[in-house]
Amino acid sequence: MSIKIPCPHCGERPIHEFAYGEVPEVPDEITDIDERDLDRAFMFKNTEGVQLEAWYHIYGCRRWVYVYRDTVRDVIVPKPV
Amino acid sequence: MNEYMERQVQLKWYEPKKTYDVIIIGGGGHGLSTAYHLATRHNITNVAVLERKYIGGGNSGRNTTVIRANYGIPEAVRFYQRSVDLYKRLEEETGRWLMHLEKGILWIAHSEAAVRQERARAEVNRAFGAKTDFVTPEEIKKIVPQIDLSGGGVWPIMGASYHHDGATARHDRVNWALAEGANKRGVHIHQRTEVLDLIKEGDRVIGVQTNHGPMYADIVMSAVGGHVSRVAKMAGLRLPIRTHTLQAYVTNHYQQKLHPIVASTSLLFYVSQTARGEMLLGAQIDPQPSYNYRAGHDLIKGCSHRAMTMLPFLRDLRILRQWTGVCDMSPDYSPIMGKTPIPGFLITTGWGTWGFKAIPVGGEQMAALIATSETPELIAPFALDRFARDRTMADRGSAGTH
Repeated sequence: MSIKIPCPHCGERPIHEFAYGEVPEVPDEITDIDERDLDRAFMFKNTEGVQLEAWYHIYGCRRWVYVYRDTVRDVIVPKPV
Repeated sequence: MNEYMERQVQLKWYEPKKTYDVIIIGGGGHGLSTAYHLATRHNITNVAVLERKYIGGGNSGRNTTVIRANYGIPEAVRFYQRSVDLYKRLEEETGRWLMHLEKGILWIAHSEAAVRQERARAEVNRAFGAKTDFVTPEEIKKIVPQIDLSGGGVWPIMGASYHHDGATARHDRVNWALAEGANKRGVHIHQRTEVLDLIKEGDRVIGVQTNHGPMYADIVMSAVGGHVSRVAKMAGLRLPIRTHTLQAYVTNHYQQKLHPIVASTSLLFYVSQTARGEMLLGAQIDPQPSYNYRAGHDLIKGCSHRAMTMLPFLRDLRILRQWTGVCDMSPDYSPIMGKTPIPGFLITTGWGTWGFKAIPVGGEQMAALIATSETPELIAPFALDRFARDRTMADRGSAGTH
């Protein structure tokens, strides 16, 4: 899917210039340290909707860009209020 | 399912009952296959298969129908070889023509490293019962006369592993044959029945809440593809699954015959010819997780470009249609099957881009698990707790499209 990511340094650039990075979030309900490690390494929320993501502008400024994306429509959206 | 097929396939539609022995969420290949094997092998027929839309309408109807067992790790070779064997008997068993066609599959190597990998694949395959040989460029030319061994001058072909059992079958027919086989032994199939929540008693899952009211069962199994995290969330389970989209497309009719399936793991594409004579091409998943069913132009452009370097005749063909499915990708590119920490709730997921080839064996083994409450040896390595036990089944190089 060809979407554009608004990079604060380079402007809107095609998604192929970026590497996808997940923003890991271990739920607070998990308290055991080993289980938190396991969750951090392997488990995903796999959001169906808007989520915060990190994109690494690998073929550009080589800096991380944080955006919100709707995974159902696969479009960049403004920060939800 | 269209009207013609509804007349051909003899399915009976029942009113939903209050209780069943087993409820299977998801009327795709794996759900229907589990129901089919429960009915035929274990005589458990008080089973309901719940499907949100229509059976075989998800990834079971969107895949590129490749059947193969040329995996890179022993457990996977054994598992998929069983599926290859079951597919060979499935037409006779169900009495339906599934358009199963053995073609052989070529995995082409363009570098020294890839040659080593394909040699290793052939060795592992032979050691664990799958028929795979390493072939030289001259032998490749004999198998696929249309191939350009220079790879368009860009990707020279240095060898390949040739998997003799590589095959294709018509995906819809597989789904319908399994549905029919299960249904005529008394299994209920409920289409347009969406699971809204799981009903729990303490820790245990005892039933499902649907848009047609609650249904109760001793065992609830999720055979959901694409949206499995939603069902897992209802159960209070976090899964090592990310959902990515995968696209494929077909061209118009190619008059000659391209017998084998041709794939390149370095160039990330595969080509096969459908029964209609269309060329079917597919490539890699999109890098970002997504549930979007829209198809894009970028994939067609990149994948066609790479495929044309090896099969120049593709240049003259036109693309007829493309489509998208959403795949459950596990971190180690192997499926996840078996028990979960939640009593009464089983799962078969992580079928990513390799679900179709495992439909018979996945169903057979999950049915054995349900019938005996013991995890069969063949699928024990693929249990959900392998991530916690640090026993991942890493086999990314065999996923075909990554």
